[in-house]
Amino acid sequence: MLLEMDSVTKRFGGLTAVNRFSLAVGEGEMVGLIGPNGAGKTTVFHLLSGFHPPTEGAIRFKGASIVGAKPHAICRRGLARTFQIVQPFVNLTTLENVMVGAFNRTDDVATARARAVEVLDFVGLGARRDVPARELTLPDRKRLEMARGLATRPELLLLDEVMSGLNPTEIEEIIGLIRRIHAQGVSLLIIEHVMRAIMALSQRIVVLHHGEKIAEGLPENVARDARVIEAYLGEEA
Amino acid sequence: MGAEVLGGIALGLLLIAPPFLPPYFLEILISVMLFAYLGSAWNILGGYAGQFSFGHAAYFGIGAYTSTLLYLRAGVSPWLGMMAGGGLAAAFGLAAGYLSFRYGLRGPYFSLVTLAFAEMLRVIAVNTKAVGSSLGLVIPSREAAPWSFVFGGKLSYYYVILAMALAAVLITRRMERSKLGYALRAIRENEDAAEASGVDALGMKLRAMALSSFLTALGGTFYAQYFAYIDPTITFGPAVSIQGLLQAIVGGAGTVLGPLLGSFVLTPISELSRAAIRGRAGVDVMVYGLVLILVISFLPNGLMGWVRRRRA
Repeated sequence: MLLEMDSVTKRFGGLTAVNRFSLAVGEGEMVGLIGPNGAGKTTVFHLLSGFHPPTEGAIRFKGASIVGAKPHAICRRGLARTFQIVQPFVNLTTLENVMVGAFNRTDDVATARARAVEVLDFVGLGARRDVPARELTLPDRKRLEMARGLATRPELLLLDEVMSGLNPTEIEEIIGLIRRIHAQGVSLLIIEHVMRAIMALSQRIVVLHHGEKIAEGLPENVARDARVIEAYLGEEA
Repeated sequence: MGAEVLGGIALGLLLIAPPFLPPYFLEILISVMLFAYLGSAWNILGGYAGQFSFGHAAYFGIGAYTSTLLYLRAGVSPWLGMMAGGGLAAAFGLAAGYLSFRYGLRGPYFSLVTLAFAEMLRVIAVNTKAVGSSLGLVIPSREAAPWSFVFGGKLSYYYVILAMALAAVLITRRMERSKLGYALRAIRENEDAAEASGVDALGMKLRAMALSSFLTALGGTFYAQYFAYIDPTITFGPAVSIQGLLQAIVGGAGTVLGPLLGSFVLTPISELSRAAIRGRAGVDVMVYGLVLILVISFLPNGLMGWVRRRRA
């Protein structure tokens, strides 16, 4: 397994955000992580990327524990992420933003620039290269998040709602982009609220509700699961 | 006219004109270069990495005291003492930086801690007889001896500080275009996003701290040799810290030429208003303050921001 979360619990004071949660992502897999708002999905990403230490449980990446490792060290090992609320370096150009990610694999400026140019062309931001990131539209900022993550050359990329706030055409384009990233051999763990997209993309879906896993399986089976339907529609349904 | 041509002319003037200047103007030019230098040193940590130190006087004072004490007590050349002071300041900066960054002090909290470190050193210097307490240290005047950092006229001091200021500009330019430069700007913009992109924020901030404090200390040695007198308030007091950061902020923080430009505007205003309004204590400070308020209100990105907008 590329990534293993083994019975991980995260408590913030009296609040249990994630409870005895286990998850595995194999090499080359594309896994969806879904759940209602507040289910703990983003907390799972924070745990995986080193922003929060788990209260209990083990997290292993490529067989080695990453519990307690700092975010940059986890990125160096090949696990990168995007942020749900996009976090561009607004006063740097699009190219410079992506170069910061590219420096994860090189100390040389020319090499980093070449890698960044390649990734920007790949995500379709090549023409916006020299624009300050603050001038990018939301769809472009979402692409920039993905480009910066990709530039670090990850083996596993965590995508946190990269389609939220986009219109149907833009969503189609992002779905295509995610497929192309996957085709390059990058494994993916995707948080997404756009059901149509996550159902189409994921080989396997894990459902989180109140910090606990309530279902896991093929997209079509998860969509029919009574507990999942109840979680999404509310207890009164 | 291209920026290179303009820069070339300015550099030529700085090299050729000073011997023909009246002594008073030469003194002002030395101050301009000293504060441009200190602003450039501060700019690496404050402007690029976005870590607003209010306590660079700590490094300035360490530089001034280290070289002066080594010279007075052991006869060590201040040129060597300058390097010793730089090393000591970098070590102190690394320790202070590690304590601050390791425990996640950001923004104003970091600024306050740096101010506290500088004040701590000032109080120690005031209360330590061995370093002259509040009376400070005097470097006795002697024959000019370049190896002892003692020159016959002000012109030689001018060329020393000019060389230091230009070196600081070149170091900044080189840093800006390196991996460190990209990492520091990413940290300034958004530290969490930088970490997630593989930037070792703690390590990079410490590197910026070491470089910035080392360079600042060299300025302290220059000050001591030029004025031949230092005391705890002059070297460790908040005025030095603020002077350095003002040049950078007014000129354009996080730009290569910002501190130099800022010093060329601010230092003469400060010096000339003090001379022009003599006899009415404090009026010069008010004029200086007014200029600052105007610059910060109307040019939030400093003079370099204005220059860039004009050219865009």
